[in-house]
Amino acid sequence: MSAKLTAKNVYKVFGSSPETALDLVEQGKTKDEIFESTGQTVGVHDASFEVDEGQIFVVMGLSGSGKSTLVRMLNGLIPPTSGSIMVDDTDVASCSGEDLRKVRRDKISMVFQHFALFPHRTVGENAAYGLKVKGVGASERREKAQNALDQVGLGAYADSYPDELSGGMQQRVGLARGLCAESEILLMDEPFSALDPLIRRDMQDELLQLQRSLKKTIIFITHDLNEALILGDKIAIMKDGRFVQVGTAQEIVGEPADDYVAAFTQDIDRSRVFKVKTIANEPRSLTLQDSLADAVERMEKLERDALFITEGDKIAGVLSYREAAPALRNGETTIDPVLNRDYAAVQGEAYLHEIYEAASAGMPIAVMDGDAFVGVVRPSEVFAQLVRGEEAAAEAGDRMTAA
Amino acid sequence: MWSPSDIYEMPFGDWVDFAVKDWLVPNFRPVFQSIRIPVEWVLDGLDGFLNFVPMVVFTVVLVAIAWRAAGRGLAIFSIVSLIFLDLIGVWSETMTTLAMVTTAVFFCALFGVPLGVMAARSDRFLKVLRPVLDVMQTIPPFVYLVPIVMLFGVGTVPGVIATFIFALPPITRLTNLGIRSVREDLVEASYAFGSTPRQVLWEVQIPLAMRTIMAGLNQTLMMSLSMAVIAALIGAGGLGLTVNTGLGRLDVGLATEGGIGIVILAIILDRITQSFAERRSSTSPSLTGILRSLFSSGKPARPAADKQAA
Ligand SMILES: Nc1ncnc2c1ncn2[C@@H]1O[C@H](COP(=O)(O)OP(=O)(O)O)[C@@H](O)[C@H]1O
Ligand SMILES: [Mg+2]
Repeated sequence: MSAKLTAKNVYKVFGSSPETALDLVEQGKTKDEIFESTGQTVGVHDASFEVDEGQIFVVMGLSGSGKSTLVRMLNGLIPPTSGSIMVDDTDVASCSGEDLRKVRRDKISMVFQHFALFPHRTVGENAAYGLKVKGVGASERREKAQNALDQVGLGAYADSYPDELSGGMQQRVGLARGLCAESEILLMDEPFSALDPLIRRDMQDELLQLQRSLKKTIIFITHDLNEALILGDKIAIMKDGRFVQVGTAQEIVGEPADDYVAAFTQDIDRSRVFKVKTIANEPRSLTLQDSLADAVERMEKLERDALFITEGDKIAGVLSYREAAPALRNGETTIDPVLNRDYAAVQGEAYLHEIYEAASAGMPIAVMDGDAFVGVVRPSEVFAQLVRGEEAAAEAGDRMTAA
Repeated sequence: MWSPSDIYEMPFGDWVDFAVKDWLVPNFRPVFQSIRIPVEWVLDGLDGFLNFVPMVVFTVVLVAIAWRAAGRGLAIFSIVSLIFLDLIGVWSETMTTLAMVTTAVFFCALFGVPLGVMAARSDRFLKVLRPVLDVMQTIPPFVYLVPIVMLFGVGTVPGVIATFIFALPPITRLTNLGIRSVREDLVEASYAFGSTPRQVLWEVQIPLAMRTIMAGLNQTLMMSLSMAVIAALIGAGGLGLTVNTGLGRLDVGLATEGGIGIVILAIILDRITQSFAERRSSTSPSLTGILRSLFSSGKPARPAADKQAA
């Protein structure tokens, strides 16, 4: 995969003489100290990152941490103080106004926190705005806008005005406007923050669904770590203008870089972050041809109370110690008669919360990759992973209060 | 008690006199004369047209506009009051005043809106423009009547020019205000999709500022009407002249006839232009939208979307 957007050492200082502020930054002064002594605000402090094509890159941070500033530099709405921002092979940070407009028209579109729909235009005209600016003809515009509105489920509202729609619907129009411009990169600055929690969940799911078919490169801003974890292929945690950690959801939650990040991850539902494959063990299965005695011996050695039995490259079923041991004592020699042909199987890409029910049955769960049997998860391991988070977070919390 | 004027009396009046009479007039007369031309053109055209249109036709058209714009009440008022004006014999003067006012408002819009746009886009320009507008608005019109006569002569055209100076500030100010108060995030969104500054202006700022600009137009119109009598002092015709003649002859009846004409015009034009400014509650109409709704049949309807659905 290739990088669609690359930011290198990007700084933004709000103030009259950014050079002096940058000097202070070099000397290791903090954002607050620099504001005290110069009255200038360091909005973004040395941000470097790459976003691959088709990836969702989430920037998460509290309000005032510089997220909006960062995302507005990516399409040049705010010019960076220093650094480079390559979109394909245009440096947005230093190109001419004309080139910048070209990038905005063809490569990057944006979705705004408070929707920023044009109240004097219909929903359809709003969606088509990017095309209008490009000079696309009216009939083509209408057709493509209709298409984009269909994609977000608002096909019937093209002739309504934005103020006739609910908040969630308005943001869908905002999204349609971004999609309709047919740019490869979508910048989304807290697009769902102004929506009710339930609608927010719907919109997140819908965005993921759209992304599956559209494969846009998305830079998504949020102040909600849960949202970041749900959406992000890669997540950057921002504090006082800096990135304190960049990684996948599992890296952020599994190995928080510092106490600041750890404090965030404290309340996170780990079962929605970790995938089944992260806790799966190698399958240690026997085949249906093996003897019952071998199977019981294997279980005793591995201290397992159940084993998967395969037949060819398929799973035949699961053998439990509780049934196998008495059968062996009663003189049974083959596995077949005591085999449980009902067993739980789950895809490795599934999240832990999806296997709670299966795990509560107490039997091991087969982990599949498509049709292939690739691993085994024991119920106890599911809960161990969830508990580990509680402990780590509690420790981090202690350190934070001690510090 | 001693005062500075005991020592020196400054001949300020003489200086101004000199500057205007001996420098401005001889050197720039041709310039000012050429300014007359477009004004004369528009004014004569309008005046000729309005006085040519039969009273009944004009009344029908104006009543239709009043009905569409402001409803039945204003329409009825318009019919009654226009017939009244015809009956008391000031129809032709009313048309001349309407032509003058329309001409003045036309030029005010022609210059005021671009000036307002420029002021909205540049703080520095606004800093220069604002005191100029303040002076234009506060200086009593009588003060500049004399230089205007010197530069442009007497008659209806200089009257329109004096009116222009008096009525230009509101539309300029309100255009500036309207554009500056367009929501920042909408302007940002427009730029984010690759608009040029010109596209931002025409696609977003002007349409969204239209209500405020229309309010400015309304004020400019009202101020123009209030200049009708003063402009008559330098030879402009119309209802203002009727009032002045009445005053000169101490003819209360004649002055009242002219005065009533001005008031009636003011009420009708005020209501119509106000309705433009108030057209849509949440957003602004476009100019073409206003015109279209004036001439199309039926109320300007918007399909009501069902907020519960989807
Ligand atoms: N135009 C501006 N002028 C001065 N300071 C600004 C400006 N815009 C943002 N800031 C400051 O930069 C910091 C980051 O702001 P912002 O990017 O809006 O944060 P976020 O989007 O994460 O809430 C804040 O301290 C804010 O006060
Ligand atoms: Mg923000």
